[in-house]
Amino acid sequence: MSKMNRRRFLKGTLNGGLVTVGLPLLNVFLNDNGTAMADGLAIPQRFGTWSWGLGMSKDVFVPKNTGANFDLPPEIAPLAAVQKHINLYTNYNVFKDDAPNLCHHSGWVVLRSGIAPMTRANRPGETIDVSIARKIGNATRFRSLSATATGDVRDSFSYEGGNSVNAPEWSPLRFYERLFGDDFQDPNAQTFNPDPRVMVRKSALSAVQEDTKKLQQSLGMEDRARLDQYFSGLRDLERRFDLQLTKPDPREACIISGAPNDLPSGLDAGLVQKRHRMMTDLMLMALACDQTRVFNMFYASAFSATTKPGYDKPHHTATHEEAVDPALKCQPNTSWYTRQAMEEWAYYVQALADFKEGDGSLLDNSLIYATTDQSFAKIHGIDGIPMFTAGTAGGRIKTGLHLDGGDTPACRLGFTAQRLMGLDINSWGEKSNNTSDEISEILV
Amino acid sequence: MKFTGFSVLFGVLLLAGCEQAPTEPLDNASLPRTRLLTGEQYANTIAQVFGEDISESILPPMPPMARTDGLLASGAAFAGVTSDQISQIQLSAASVAEQVVDEDHRDFLIPCRPESISAGDSACARQFLGETARLLYRRPLDEARLTELVDIASYATEQTEDFYDGLALAIEAILLSPEVIFIVDQTEPDPNRPGEQRLDDYSLAARLSFFLWNAPPDANLLLAAENGELSNPEGLARTVDRLIASSRLEAGMRAFFDDMLGFDDFNSLAKDPMVYPMVTGATLADAREQTLRTIIDHVLTEEADYRDLFTTRKTFMSMSLAPVYGTPSRDGWVPYEFDESSPRIGLLTHVSFLAANSHAVRSSPTLRGKAMRELFLCQHVPEPPPDVDFSGLAEDENALTARARLTVHNENPSCAGCHLITDPMGLSLENFDGAGLFRETEDGAELDITGELDGIFYDDISGLASAMRDHPKLSYCLVNRLYAYGTGGPVTLKDDRDTLSWLETQFIDGGHKLPAVLRDLALSQAFSSIRSIELHSVDIEGDSSMPTNLNDDNPQLTLASAENN
Repeated sequence: MSKMNRRRFLKGTLNGGLVTVGLPLLNVFLNDNGTAMADGLAIPQRFGTWSWGLGMSKDVFVPKNTGANFDLPPEIAPLAAVQKHINLYTNYNVFKDDAPNLCHHSGWVVLRSGIAPMTRANRPGETIDVSIARKIGNATRFRSLSATATGDVRDSFSYEGGNSVNAPEWSPLRFYERLFGDDFQDPNAQTFNPDPRVMVRKSALSAVQEDTKKLQQSLGMEDRARLDQYFSGLRDLERRFDLQLTKPDPREACIISGAPNDLPSGLDAGLVQKRHRMMTDLMLMALACDQTRVFNMFYASAFSATTKPGYDKPHHTATHEEAVDPALKCQPNTSWYTRQAMEEWAYYVQALADFKEGDGSLLDNSLIYATTDQSFAKIHGIDGIPMFTAGTAGGRIKTGLHLDGGDTPACRLGFTAQRLMGLDINSWGEKSNNTSDEISEILV
Repeated sequence: MKFTGFSVLFGVLLLAGCEQAPTEPLDNASLPRTRLLTGEQYANTIAQVFGEDISESILPPMPPMARTDGLLASGAAFAGVTSDQISQIQLSAASVAEQVVDEDHRDFLIPCRPESISAGDSACARQFLGETARLLYRRPLDEARLTELVDIASYATEQTEDFYDGLALAIEAILLSPEVIFIVDQTEPDPNRPGEQRLDDYSLAARLSFFLWNAPPDANLLLAAENGELSNPEGLARTVDRLIASSRLEAGMRAFFDDMLGFDDFNSLAKDPMVYPMVTGATLADAREQTLRTIIDHVLTEEADYRDLFTTRKTFMSMSLAPVYGTPSRDGWVPYEFDESSPRIGLLTHVSFLAANSHAVRSSPTLRGKAMRELFLCQHVPEPPPDVDFSGLAEDENALTARARLTVHNENPSCAGCHLITDPMGLSLENFDGAGLFRETEDGAELDITGELDGIFYDDISGLASAMRDHPKLSYCLVNRLYAYGTGGPVTLKDDRDTLSWLETQFIDGGHKLPAVLRDLALSQAFSSIRSIELHSVDIEGDSSMPTNLNDDNPQLTLASAENN
């Protein structure tokens, strides 16, 4: 019964009644220069990832020029409108060392975790979004959110550990309901009514946590680690209950539209595009309402099976089977798929740039890290695997640049991103992927 | 020994008259597992304890499992729960709990009434929570923990001034417990094998019910555990016979075969409507259902020889499927039999198998061949090779048929080794397009559907069907998957070879009947005896599938982009 003492204490704090806090809506939002809330609260910094499948064709993807105002070869021509918001990183390398080159797997795993996987089932370490979310994701309802445009719940490049994948939202309607269902606290609501049940939930968690600890004692090492993770998850739940008992800061940009209609299954490029845009719009709403500060968007999987109308090979099949046209210096249909991906990358960046927040945009206060699984997919190449970033991370990085990595570790970008997001790390990656060398050219 | 004596006796009885009655190896034991509930198991749990309407009102908050050695169920032995997933589990728990106590449900789900709704009633809370927790935890709660739950309910009632809100919050806490979300094998010393462990009765009950029903133990099974019936051979046999005789076995075995056949792919499967306008989402859903109905009817209702699934012409037809099969049908599911001249013979010619193992826009002999080997024969087709230069590989754009297109692979030594593993039998199904519709020709070109499966040459689809039916690994594979599914994790050849060999012999000698092998497995020593966890190392990458190499001299021969063709 000793645990009940704590509960009795909690009871006293709320006393079974509802607290209603009236909020003046005038002057609640921004300070004069729009960079912070009126009470001095900074506009949150955010980290996002975006992923596309099957890399690129170097001859029609990699610009001839580096630096600002780089040229836009055909495969990245769709990026013209957002060129000023992005950086393109080419000629960076991922290293497999003594691990095998696992087709369509090694590339993305290294870029997201810094470690070359030993088998296809192996997901070493944790992904960069998870590390960053642990740092900057604690003030929001969701530490991170993941969504996929493929409609397949199995498609995710985000994991806490080898067997703990952050399953993505795959249905627009379901995503909307998760974001704005009963559990949602409108940051701009005039009244704040903490739910007494949340207090009870929080209190009851201690019993569940004790169950978890007790159970751990009877298990083998691997299973103990899984229970340990469960315990951590319960602590994160406690954090969320605390948030629910706290009045959320108002967010001017938080305007919620109606629920979307769901889409049928399928990977027709047009359907994927539509799903990607719906998921993007929902993700932006989640950001504007400060429901998360770490977000993953998945346009296509590593073995992307996106289809092109009137063409009988899905993307992945085309990468291997389609001949390179010597005149065009690419595989024409494969290149079409890559251009589709770049169009959606441009849509994503533009959507963030167009979403006003303060006197800037959501993009101004974000850093987006975009990666793929191969460089030249036809031969399962991973050397020179291309990457992008978008956004200035609150004015801390330059944009509009094409950077040639000179065969240095691609993990430099992930390392730079984590440092920018406040992680106190001196290096990132394992073996040859390990680096302590930031990409200083992009730092303001 | 706990079961060895019984197993021997049982084996003797079953095979009375046989000269070589196989007996289970003396040291058979399985690993203790900690399995995350699958989405379906979570839903079945809620349905069993609170009713189907409540279960159906929520999406099970469990993550997708990683297919491990052929089964999602085996992935559950390694899956962790992310922070995000726990928050979803909490939200589902809140939704379930709210409905359990709402005015539509409380009167028949809660066996007592509080003296006062606003003041609460500890006795009533104790009665309800004790029984509910027992069903959800799959074992009775000790007094201290039950008291703790009642305290939570009482405190919540004070806060909310509503007895039912109080109960709901206690239910939420139960549904968040790792002992509910994970199926944890708990062990005890085995009095019959000094120094060794066995599952305790409640864990054995859970292993049995999730194996056979894909659901938690019901009240009777928990009672049998409580009464010690599962610790004696006769009691256990009675219990297993009850579970197998139950109509719920059908749901359990549907779940098993759905998993074994990789039908989770149907959750996101779609065909290009421009190429296959006849095939909609409803068609594909019915294709999955058709195969499951066919299997269940064959192996359970008819208790027929498992192998004959690959040659049977009996199936079921629905309105959505009728146009795809080119046959009239009527509303609902009706038994249907393809005639002797039909190219449809056995599971491999079902739309489900053909469509799931094709691309959205065209068929794939390689994918189909790979699926035949991996799903039904437990053979492992190697991964595509790393660092192979495909730059010279470009198919002949004038090639009209898959066989002609694949020729280019077979002329390339890097590709040929593995494509020879999958393509010869996959090409025999080229009379069926990427959506499983029959076609005489492909783009006007004649189709050559002759082929070969591990030394058996044939001329047509029925030849392939027979070769598969008679394949020496077919029975082994089913037994392998059943054992992994039943004991909750992948088998390893090092530890489980003898068990599998024994079980395979049982299966073959018993006429390849599913119910009999389910009974053998459920009653086996291996099912309930536990290998010391200090002595084993769990190998997540462990794979009991046998590598398939046609050329033993060169084990590196690999499959060039098996996903592709």
